[in-house]
Amino acid sequence: MICLTEEQKMIQEMVRRLAKEKVAPRAAEIDEKDEFPWDIARIFGENGLLNLVLPEEYGGVNANATTLCMVIEEISKVSPACAIMVFTTQSLINVLRRGGTEEQKKRFYPRFSSADKLCAFVLTEPNAGSDAASIQTKAVLDGDSYVFNGTKTFITTGEVSDFYLIFVRTGPGERAKGISAFIVEKGTPGFSFGKKEKKMGLRGSPTAELIFENARVPKENLVGKAGEGWKVLTNYGNLMRIWGAASLSLGIAEGALEYALGYARERVQFGKPIASFQAIQFMFADMAMLTESAKSLIYRTSAMIDRGEPFSTVEPMVSMAKCFTTDAAMKVTTDAVQILGGYGYTKDYPVERMMRDAKGVQIFDGTNQIQRVIISRALLGKL
Amino acid sequence: MIQLTEEQRMIHATVRKIAVEKIAPRAASIDESDEFPMDYVDVFKENRLFKMVLPEEYGGIDADTTTLCLIVEELARAYASAPQMLITTGAVLQMLLKAATEAQKEKFFKRLEKGTQACSFALTEPGHGSDAGSLQTKAVLDGDHYMINGAKAFITTGEIAELHLIFVRTGGEKAKGISVMMVDKDTPGFRVGKKEKKMGFNGTGTVELIFDDVRVPRDNLIGEVNKGWSLLTGVANMMRVWGAGCTALGNAEGALEYVIEYSKQRVQFGKPIASFQAIQFMLADMAMEIEAAKSLIYRTAYLMDTNGASFDEIESLVCMCKCYAADVGMKATTDAVQIMGGYGYTQDFPVERRMRDAKSVQIYDGSNQIQRVVIARNMIGRL
Ligand SMILES: Cc1cc2nc3c(=O)[nH]c(=O)nc-3n(C[C@H](O)[C@H](O)[C@H](O)COP(=O)(O)OP(=O)(O)OC[C@H]3O[C@@H](n4cnc5c(N)ncnc54)[C@H](O)[C@@H]3O)c2cc1C
Ligand SMILES: Cc1cc2nc3c(=O)[nH]c(=O)nc-3n(C[C@H](O)[C@H](O)[C@H](O)COP(=O)(O)OP(=O)(O)OC[C@H]3O[C@@H](n4cnc5c(N)ncnc54)[C@H](O)[C@@H]3O)c2cc1C
Repeated sequence: MICLTEEQKMIQEMVRRLAKEKVAPRAAEIDEKDEFPWDIARIFGENGLLNLVLPEEYGGVNANATTLCMVIEEISKVSPACAIMVFTTQSLINVLRRGGTEEQKKRFYPRFSSADKLCAFVLTEPNAGSDAASIQTKAVLDGDSYVFNGTKTFITTGEVSDFYLIFVRTGPGERAKGISAFIVEKGTPGFSFGKKEKKMGLRGSPTAELIFENARVPKENLVGKAGEGWKVLTNYGNLMRIWGAASLSLGIAEGALEYALGYARERVQFGKPIASFQAIQFMFADMAMLTESAKSLIYRTSAMIDRGEPFSTVEPMVSMAKCFTTDAAMKVTTDAVQILGGYGYTKDYPVERMMRDAKGVQIFDGTNQIQRVIISRALLGKL
Repeated sequence: MIQLTEEQRMIHATVRKIAVEKIAPRAASIDESDEFPMDYVDVFKENRLFKMVLPEEYGGIDADTTTLCLIVEELARAYASAPQMLITTGAVLQMLLKAATEAQKEKFFKRLEKGTQACSFALTEPGHGSDAGSLQTKAVLDGDHYMINGAKAFITTGEIAELHLIFVRTGGEKAKGISVMMVDKDTPGFRVGKKEKKMGFNGTGTVELIFDDVRVPRDNLIGEVNKGWSLLTGVANMMRVWGAGCTALGNAEGALEYVIEYSKQRVQFGKPIASFQAIQFMLADMAMEIEAAKSLIYRTAYLMDTNGASFDEIESLVCMCKCYAADVGMKATTDAVQIMGGYGYTQDFPVERRMRDAKSVQIYDGSNQIQRVVIARNMIGRL
């Protein structure tokens, strides 16, 4: 179904091998310790996975949506916590690729291309989650720089990243009309990190609080025009969900399904493999049906994006893919734990982790309710 | 709905007070450390809850099924792990009440004056979960002792129990060769093995029990030799209604109560999220399913207390209670996390714990598939 180019096939092979050989053996420990896996970040960096969307002259492969989907999916099969760093890093670079000036690209691209530079995508605030247009972190122009004040929460790959794409309020307008996007570097005076969330899952992927106290950001780091950050967010950010949350959960579902299949063939009860019970067989059939539907939706949508179909056509498709796949992954992983019985509930097997991870993706990158808002608005128009 | 007696009302009120004052405040720290909560043990001892199923002459409160349901539901509403030690102990004591001789009752009830007062109910083995009829732990008669060898897995409360009620093979194949025995924790050759690291249900002391040439007096055999299976199906399985069923129910109610409050407080898009119909309908579905499960449970308990239905009818109803409440619990807690968005996913709030705890009820005490096997068999008959 999915037509991959020669290059994409090679990348897929490489990522699959890395995931199996390097990431999979570390996945349980990363979850248990909840520590950022720098070893994995380095391996990703050395293999070009942290700068996939950069142009070739900067060491990237100018990756399109389909390539990114595939990469995230493959890593996520064994560890979504590790796949996320690729997602957040490519998000920032991608926004710069689409919305940055030539000067900005020249300035930042060479710095991304060095090994394990990580990036984060910074929108949420304590009082502005789903209602992101109500963000309050302020940036005020003062001479050659903007002065930042405020707090951001739940920032994935936070603290360990070197570059942050940050949405802040600059005015002039209210809500969505007064928002701007900036690239802010770690180490900027006045920019620090607060508490790190302890989460149910996606552990090892740090979720940090960012604090700005009179932090000065050069005005050249403004991405797009002042007051037009919302466009940057929706036009570029929303579409990244296809290779972000959607592909992450696809990988989670596939990983869980594959593991449970192997287990069910081996585990004997009542004198036969549990896979011989129709109750188990039908759970598998449903799991596969959901997973394959999700996969088809994702790659059909990524192909539409890569063909350059209009935003208004692809945006609801992306939301459907995000919402459908994360719901599918939640169900598939919950059933995978069930199929492993008591063992599935223990940390000696990976499926309980996959179930905990799956829940996170129903929430981040726009909750599944917000996706439904987007989908229904596209169907109904503004009422 | 449920007509309670004066006494039931009093017990209910007492347990609610304990749940609010002693159980709930400790839940998060027990979940985090996975240590067995000895402070709960003290509270339960003080309030005669370990002996709740025993008649008053043995120091109990002579609780009928409805009362047991009220107790477990109320404790689980505070923290699902809390009632587990009462469930395993109550299960063992009910078995003794039904099948032990007066001398045995005297002996074991007296034994429980010492120490924690807790008992474990040990059926599962590493190779035999759903297919418990094939269990392999052996007890061989040797003079006036039985010599026991083998291992049990996933035994709740096993970590701190004084007495273990175990199912062992004394005779031929499958269900026909199984007997029930009591093993004191201080018996030479007996030891507690590895403790499972689980997704949830922390602080319930789920351990392996290892029997290495353990000699127990012949007099520790409960009921007739090789008739253990009928004690399991005739007596123990009925406890699923107040054990697993009410654990799932209480846990779901706790989650629902928490998110109702949260959704009224949390403001997005200028209004409480409870004003969105998407949230309202999730809450409505949760309430509907919880009330349906509750009705099923208390109707079944009533029928049990009044001998109002045949064994088969009650058996099916009990299985429905366990299976349905567990499924409702899983869905309700998963949605509770969703309603709280990113915050729900963190360990600063109790709902992610409730979701992890909910999963275990779909598995233990006979997986939900096994409940359906029984329900279907009672409807269709043996084919
Ligand atoms: C693991 C994880 C990683 C994250 N990473 C990042 C990151 O890297 N960068 C970043 O900026 N943010 C990140 N977030 C934050 C995430 O995007 C927010 O949690 C999410 O947008 C929801 O916001 P909230 O948590 O404030 O929930 P709220 O917005 O308070 O929502 C609460 C509930 O109300 C529902 N709701 C809200 N509005 C409506 C409506 N209009 N109609 C119907 N229902 C509605 C929601 O769906 C949800 O169920 C992350 C979160 C998590 C859990
Ligand atoms: C938290 C927890 C606490 C526990 N506490 C205790 C305890 O105190 N005492 C005790 O003795 N045990 C206890 N257990 C063990 C529990 O009872 C078993 O895990 C359960 O019976 C399932 O057995 P299993 O894990 O071996 O899974 P398996 O029997 O291997 O089952 C694997 C999968 O196959 C399915 N399956 C099996 N047979 C069939 C069939 N015929 N038709 C359709 N599907 C089938 C199951 O539903 C499950 O989905 C506990 C388990 C947990 C997780």
